[in-house]
Amino acid sequence: MSALVNVVRSMFLTELLSGMALTFRYMFRERKTLNYPHEKGSLSPRFRGEHALRRYPNGEERCIACKLCEAVCPALAITIESEPRDDGSRRTTRYDIDMTKCIYCGLCQEACPVDAIVEGPNFEFATETREELYYDKNKLLANGDRWEAEIAANLAADAKYR
Amino acid sequence: MAEFWDGYALPGLWIAAKIGALLIPLLLSVAYLTWFERKVMAAMQLRMGPNVVGPWGLWQPFADALKMVVKETIIPTKANPGLFLLAPMLTFMLALIAWAVMPVGDGLVISNVNVGVLYLFAISSLGVYGIVIAGWASNSRYAFLGALRSAAQMVSYEVSMGFVIICVLLCVGSLNLSDIVRAQETVWFVFPLLPMAVVFFISTLAETNRHPFDLPEAESELVAGHLVEYSAMTFGLFFLGEYANMILMSGMTTILFLGGWLPPIDIAPLNWIPGPIWFVLKISALLFVFVWVRATFPRYRYDQLMRLGWKVFLPLSLFWVVLTAGVLVAFGWAPGAEG
Repeated sequence: MSALVNVVRSMFLTELLSGMALTFRYMFRERKTLNYPHEKGSLSPRFRGEHALRRYPNGEERCIACKLCEAVCPALAITIESEPRDDGSRRTTRYDIDMTKCIYCGLCQEACPVDAIVEGPNFEFATETREELYYDKNKLLANGDRWEAEIAANLAADAKYR
Repeated sequence: MAEFWDGYALPGLWIAAKIGALLIPLLLSVAYLTWFERKVMAAMQLRMGPNVVGPWGLWQPFADALKMVVKETIIPTKANPGLFLLAPMLTFMLALIAWAVMPVGDGLVISNVNVGVLYLFAISSLGVYGIVIAGWASNSRYAFLGALRSAAQMVSYEVSMGFVIICVLLCVGSLNLSDIVRAQETVWFVFPLLPMAVVFFISTLAETNRHPFDLPEAESELVAGHLVEYSAMTFGLFFLGEYANMILMSGMTTILFLGGWLPPIDIAPLNWIPGPIWFVLKISALLFVFVWVRATFPRYRYDQLMRLGWKVFLPLSLFWVVLTAGVLVAFGWAPGAEG
């Protein structure tokens, strides 16, 4: 009997028709596409994007050249050299991140005791050459100046979960 | 001189004008069929489809065409250059010349031949040559396998298509496409011959190598089948040929089963609309089903495809030929039976 039912079913293409009815209904559903360059999705405050070196409000750079980030970096993307400055404080003379090596794990910002190196909300920093992705200290500080408002807001939003 | 002008030049120009009047809208609709397919498939998959080039992406076909034209035509070292270039031209040409006998309206046909159905059937069967030549001339394994599959598939489904056409011809008593449409003035053949209409439509899917029967160009196993070595405009011609074939097959289904240029019912508001518009509307509806099927079903396995063609469609259509003939004779409905 069930064999007969199967024969009748396949003769009248019922399963094909029900499948087509399903796709037809879907045709009128709302589109899920995000029209990317014009529309953007929301980002979590914990989003790990392009790196930035932050400053204190008085303009002094936060980084104290402890090199914890360099030590923790699993991809060996960070290179730091340091010297005492004229006022006797320890400062970096070189702070390079090879963005082509970086795996965006966020361990550098976890390791940083002064919240100097952070991964900001920016993910649109594609370049046309590799050389442009070898970030130096000036580039990282410029990023910090550019994204300070967003970064500070994100850190404040995430602080209560830490 | 006058004799040359009246006897040859003017009729020649008149024919060229008619061909232009048919082919230019046809090529435009081929271009917009690609846009339509991408939009409909996108909607069914909750995507947007082309929407950047022009309003609603309407210039997308022209952007694609421009890309095709300016790209480089690569001819593989081991390919046979003559045949390699002939194949796409053949495919495209065959998809267009079939339109010579298509009646788009009452009397609106370039060549009203009495063996129109035979001509259409012959031209659509020749379509396989383009693919076989492409597969052989490319000198590539994928292309060759794709061409073999395509040849087997198109030949298999043509058999049942032939029997379906015979069913219709039995009811009409003429091979003239305009006569076939006129015979449907009382009732479209899709109603009395519904199973055959479905068989015919599914066979046209196989005949045009469309989903779910697109085994000749199955991406997951044959990369792109016979298209694998083609680039730029040689690829473009294959692509246009495939879409022109879809329109051709929809036109054929419309004429055989959906009453060509006739309105659904011959009453006041419906028969004000001119015939060609009805024809275009019916073709568009069928093309929508082509796309709809593509968005719905996964690809057939090769043995399933052959089984469906030879063990299901062939016996079914053969049986229906006998049944149709029997009914027509038994009730004295056969055309020309009383005379």
